[in-house]
Amino acid sequence: MKRRPAVAAVAAGVAFALALTGCNGNKSNPSTSTNTAQAQYNAAVGKVFSASTKKGGTLRFANSGDWDSLDPADTYYGYSWDFIRLYGRALTMFAPKPGKAGTELVPDLAESLGVSSDGAKTWTYKLRKGVKFEDGTPITSKDVKYAVERSLDKATFTQGPTYFNDFLDLQGYTSPYQDSDPNKLGLKAVDTPDDQTIVFHLAKPYGGFDYFAMLPATIPVPVAKDTGTKYKEHVVSSGPYMFDQNNLGKSFTLKRNPNWDPANDPNRTALPDTIEVALNVNGDDIDNRLQAGSLDIAVEGTGVQSAAQGKILADPNLKKNADLASLARLWFTVINSDVAPLDNIHCRKAVEYAVDHEGYQRAYGGDAGGDIATNLMPPQLPGAQKIDLYNFMSKKNGDIDSAKKELAACGKPDGFETNVSFRAERGKEKATAESMQQALAKVGIKLTIKPYPLADYVKLYAGKPDYAKANNLGLIIYGWGADWPDGFGFLQQIVDSRVIRPQGGNSNLGVKIPEVDALVDQALASTDADARNKIWAQVDKTVMENAVILPGVWAKVLLYRPTTISNVYVNDGLGGYYDYAWMGVK
Amino acid sequence: MVRYIIRRLLAAVLLLGVVSAVTFAIFFLVPRLAGASSQDLASRYVGRSANAQQVKEMTDKLGFNDPIYVQYGRFVKAIVAGADYDTGPTTVHCPAPCFGYSFLTQNPVWPDLLDRLTVTGSLAGGAAVIWLVAGVATGVLSALRRGSVFDRAAMGVALAGVSLPIFFTGLLSLSIFSYGLHLLPAGGSYTPITQNPAEWAYDLILPWTTLAFLNAAGYARLTRAGMLETMGEDYIRTARAKGLPGRTVVIKHGLRSALTPIVTIFGLDLGILLGGAVLTESTFSLNGIGKYAIDGINNNDLPKVLGVTMVGAFFIIVANLLVDLLYAVIDPRVRL
Repeated sequence: MKRRPAVAAVAAGVAFALALTGCNGNKSNPSTSTNTAQAQYNAAVGKVFSASTKKGGTLRFANSGDWDSLDPADTYYGYSWDFIRLYGRALTMFAPKPGKAGTELVPDLAESLGVSSDGAKTWTYKLRKGVKFEDGTPITSKDVKYAVERSLDKATFTQGPTYFNDFLDLQGYTSPYQDSDPNKLGLKAVDTPDDQTIVFHLAKPYGGFDYFAMLPATIPVPVAKDTGTKYKEHVVSSGPYMFDQNNLGKSFTLKRNPNWDPANDPNRTALPDTIEVALNVNGDDIDNRLQAGSLDIAVEGTGVQSAAQGKILADPNLKKNADLASLARLWFTVINSDVAPLDNIHCRKAVEYAVDHEGYQRAYGGDAGGDIATNLMPPQLPGAQKIDLYNFMSKKNGDIDSAKKELAACGKPDGFETNVSFRAERGKEKATAESMQQALAKVGIKLTIKPYPLADYVKLYAGKPDYAKANNLGLIIYGWGADWPDGFGFLQQIVDSRVIRPQGGNSNLGVKIPEVDALVDQALASTDADARNKIWAQVDKTVMENAVILPGVWAKVLLYRPTTISNVYVNDGLGGYYDYAWMGVK
Repeated sequence: MVRYIIRRLLAAVLLLGVVSAVTFAIFFLVPRLAGASSQDLASRYVGRSANAQQVKEMTDKLGFNDPIYVQYGRFVKAIVAGADYDTGPTTVHCPAPCFGYSFLTQNPVWPDLLDRLTVTGSLAGGAAVIWLVAGVATGVLSALRRGSVFDRAAMGVALAGVSLPIFFTGLLSLSIFSYGLHLLPAGGSYTPITQNPAEWAYDLILPWTTLAFLNAAGYARLTRAGMLETMGEDYIRTARAKGLPGRTVVIKHGLRSALTPIVTIFGLDLGILLGGAVLTESTFSLNGIGKYAIDGINNNDLPKVLGVTMVGAFFIIVANLLVDLLYAVIDPRVRL
């Protein structure tokens, strides 16, 4: 899961946003799509606001915390995957288009999307010609291979995703730093028959490999410049900007990369001359500076703090400069079938029926926090189908009658007792637990609230199966954001029972359905995107039928859009962030 | 006197050792006593989707399988003799006093600490000058004009100063002077003094005054109380009877004696601040020791926390020592 710190948000017409997105979906360039000249609420959702080709100026970012790492092998924050495109080019990337059109993949360093063979176990990419590193050295397929190799070394780069570790046919390969090959290119799972061609060999088929090719781990790294954990101090640029100054933990600046050629990069505007980033800036201060125009972007994209949110929504002059972005994120509760009597499907269904869905939504800030979720996949994901098996929308405060019937079928007509866990530091999760406690009490289900420290929640407590079972954690409050907007990126880590590790650290907190596992395998092997999306929708439905996940809220965040920036839009492919690679300064 | 200083210094080193051992134990011994395995500890420092093998590698890399005393010994050895760290392609040497490498960011802690110490030092030093001068002056004047309008107003403001937390006054002053009037720089502005002293001072005016406002208030009240007591003493009356000028009586006879508790508090306050002005640094987005500590604590990043603890303890101990020595200067009776 890409980590996206606590989300504060607001809500309004998704349908409106999606409709607009649909209108723009087929256009190739955002600067030609609908342009709103006048600032208004949601002006950058589903369309480009203040389109511009004006070059120059400084784009000023601030971060209330710090990057996990600027190294492409070692980063797993969503905003980082957005921002990294300013100084690095992966094989593919999400289309630079507003709204849902952005969920489409386009070639970036590669000249076209991948070509698969051997039943989706072999993937071949051709690199664009003439792309250079910041020092003028031509980029070859070997630089991409080396970058993938080093990303496999999880002892050195602990934080990046493990998709290549999990899918490539590694044959025991661990790291280029342990590699006896003189060129450090000993990984057999990746071939480079010539300087423009790179071939990936997988241990198991995956039809959506173009999504892996989008990962920052495919951003080329020149072997001679690799300094391991210190590489993040100066990542060698393949994009339009390169590092100028880098004061780790405090700030950094990027300047233009003279060896970047717009002729072989259709995906970036490179409008600003300079990019400035301040780190560890007070969150409330960031909001004030955005409103004062002394800062352009809160890079984390988690939305304004609650103080500013109230102020912005109440003042039309501020609200017109705000966008309500849909995240590819679900706040939900696992109904743990390891814990009796929730091992009985009827008792689980009783919980689905009895919960106060508006109460869940209120816990996340009401309309402000997002929409009531009726199933797993957020609606903006390709192929997502909205299903409502337990009357969430018709009985928003809970369907008491149906819940009682299910309790009777479960053999617990008077209810039962169980525990509900949440992350102690998260007020919204506490409010969720309290709302559920009240709602379930109406049908006799007595909940005891159990807070756990956030840092160890999945590693030592709720995400450790034997702990959860021994401590009777029947309901586990949690949230999940997609690594990328498709069924695999969103669902696999939370529903595939084979990713559950007994030692803890799980993101699948108790979904164990053989039928779902089989469907996941089918989806992985399918190279046809439409067929794949249908299977993922089926996975979603099957999980809901088994009543092992109680969906809560499809999250949204309120982003403030200062009047200083141009070419602004929310890109659903990037997961609800502004597209940093298109933005300019007025 | 020399023997006294040496004895105090030895005690200080011993104290630092105890502080480090206790901090180390809190992070490593307590979780183990609570039943966490060494792999559980290591699992905090691996990525989100790491498998068992990766956790095991990390456990080995961080040396969590060794007995606690070996781990502690390694930490102490690194402070005294430095240590070598693996960056992947090469091994780098971290010279003494190496406070280790951050488990998460894999940066050495000591250069980070030094770097941030200049920020915290600038903040604490500047603020200390302001609050000491303003606080003591206000206190003296209030005491001399007890019951006057000035006294009442000053003590009212002082009460507000003590009561208002810095994240309130800080954000308020930022919003007025920086975003409203555009007179002063935005939060997070900091220029090293070596680069441009004028800019350095300009950037720090708001944090200084905000922090000073909080502390000056306490000093004003303390000075006032001390002065009121001292000025009622017989020897003050004697001094006045001798015909000494009013200023000499107040400063040389009154203030000097009222100053002893102020110096004690001042030494401790400054020492604590140098160990990290957490709230001020967070409010004004200054990357000092305090923010570094918060970051370390939030991420369970032991080397960072240990580093800040040691630096903080060091300053408090040094400040205490200086205060004790200063006593002798201020109050001749101590020298007897």
